[in-house]
Amino acid sequence: MEIIKADHLSKLFGPVKAVDDVSISVKEGEIFGFLGPNGAGKTTTIRMLTGVLTPDSGSAQICGIDIHTNPLEAKMNMGVIPENGTVYSDLTAEQNILWTAKFYGMDSISRKERADELLRHLGLTERRNDIVRTFSKGMRQRVSIACAIIHSPPVLFLDEPTGGLDVYSRRLVIDTVRIMNGKGSTVLITTHNIEEANELCTTISIINKGSIIATGSPEKLKKTFDTAKYVEIAFEQPVKKELFVHEGISRVETHGDKMRLYTDDPDKAVKYLAALAEQQQVKILSIATSNPTLEEAFVQLTAGA
Amino acid sequence: MMDLKIFARSILMVTEKNMRIYYYKGSVVIFGLLFPFIMFLTFFIGRNLDLVLFFPGFLGMMLFFSSSSTGPLITPWEKREKTYERLLSLPVTLESIILGDIMAGALFGVVITTIVWIASSAILHLPLKNAGLLAVTVLLGAFTFAAMGTLLSSPAMSNPSNVMMLSSLVRLPLIFVSGIFIPLSQLGSWEWILTSLSPLTYLVDLFHGALNGDAVYPPWFDGVILVIVILLFIACAKLIQQRNLVKGN
Ligand SMILES: Nc1ncnc2c1ncn2[C@@H]1O[C@H](COP(=O)(O)OP(=O)(O)OP(=O)(O)O)[C@@H](O)[C@H]1O
Ligand SMILES: [Mg+2]
Repeated sequence: MEIIKADHLSKLFGPVKAVDDVSISVKEGEIFGFLGPNGAGKTTTIRMLTGVLTPDSGSAQICGIDIHTNPLEAKMNMGVIPENGTVYSDLTAEQNILWTAKFYGMDSISRKERADELLRHLGLTERRNDIVRTFSKGMRQRVSIACAIIHSPPVLFLDEPTGGLDVYSRRLVIDTVRIMNGKGSTVLITTHNIEEANELCTTISIINKGSIIATGSPEKLKKTFDTAKYVEIAFEQPVKKELFVHEGISRVETHGDKMRLYTDDPDKAVKYLAALAEQQQVKILSIATSNPTLEEAFVQLTAGA
Repeated sequence: MMDLKIFARSILMVTEKNMRIYYYKGSVVIFGLLFPFIMFLTFFIGRNLDLVLFFPGFLGMMLFFSSSSTGPLITPWEKREKTYERLLSLPVTLESIILGDIMAGALFGVVITTIVWIASSAILHLPLKNAGLLAVTVLLGAFTFAAMGTLLSSPAMSNPSNVMMLSSLVRLPLIFVSGIFIPLSQLGSWEWILTSLSPLTYLVDLFHGALNGDAVYPPWFDGVILVIVILLFIACAKLIQQRNLVKGN
């Protein structure tokens, strides 16, 4: 069953097409990753899906409930960590969590139990009675997570939940997402960390300039770009970039002291490079071929953004 | 049915949040009590005004200021602090946020005004003609001006000092055109038109009826006007906030 469904969502901000005809469909139990460069339209899409922003056109459904015609019921089914949103800094960690829980009609015993459990799990037990204003960014984000999952929602929206967090907080967030998913929550997450997406998500959509340009499992996305392999080479002396303009080499990038040459045929490229070194009388320090990672797929897809 | 329950709950939760964060603060309460006292000293002392005659106007001004003082700032504060976005993603609608903001302002106004009325009655031997009407008046007035405060918070401004200015610009002049300093019965026709445009006029008139029994309009008339004004303020606040939801700010 489709738990999150967006149909032709569009949003203009003045002349900026922030989101242009985006449709997505996330099935029950999935962890759906939303990847894209800065300004691609990820946050705008999530805001429309969570009822925080009214779309210019298109519709969105959460668990089959339309978010714009039936916002209360739709929102009962979701937990959200907004990108630009935080918990109340004048309340304590526990007050924030308990207050949020009341919105979902949880009784006082289950509110308390669940809050205790989450505070413990998120390492906040000792600071539970401190005003959030005194918290670090990572601790605030953990309170935010607790508020988002206090009611064990069927759907979780997380907009860059790990942005700016240290390794410990990041792991805690990722583990929590996994646990919630294991308990049946469907997750939509945006991140800039491609390895994180690769490791966590069952499906990934890549969005650029307001439009979705690719969707698939991480492995499938990587395979799509299997054709775009590269050769990485380091010479003893600098070599002019123009010399790499050659049939079969599609793109050249400098990576520190190495040159990275994208090609359909690494074998042929290596032979050409060997001949080139011979001809220019420069020594090759190292040479390696590699299959692209998800990061490569991402960079290629969103090139020129 | 289910929706109605969620809706009612969301209004209460927004009210609770507002009371805790924005009203239940020493500074807000002290200012709420001190401000009318200062106003009282400024306008009444040394002018040889009849205290009993002017007390209904004073109480109206009191309720007006206390119910509408903090409301204009809540949404701008929340937008600046970035808690607004999270609030919107909880099971709320714009209506529940608007009504929750109004409830909190009204509650604060009722509490402050009641304290002031009890204290003043104890000291000044004030008349009370109709206790039931007084209760209704306090409630109606509190909601009217809390709704005004919420309307003032609706334009998209995340800068609270802009809102403060707008709020003062709208609220301060009202006290001079509402029959507080000059009884309605003594106004010329030109002044009368101006006064009848101010909702505060009808609240002050109701207070006159409830306390001194010298109202100019029948109470039902004042009441109906205030109810219409409340609905109008809510509708405008909703319209403006809906537009903000489209513009994304
Ligand atoms: N409220 C707004 N008013 C005007 N323009 C906006 C508004 N919100 C977003 N935009 C514009 O819409 C585009 C998409 O922004 P959005 O925040 O959705 O990107 P994003 O993919 O989340 O980027 P990031 O990775 O940096 O968070 C950008 O060009 C942005 O400037
Ligand atoms: Mg974003």
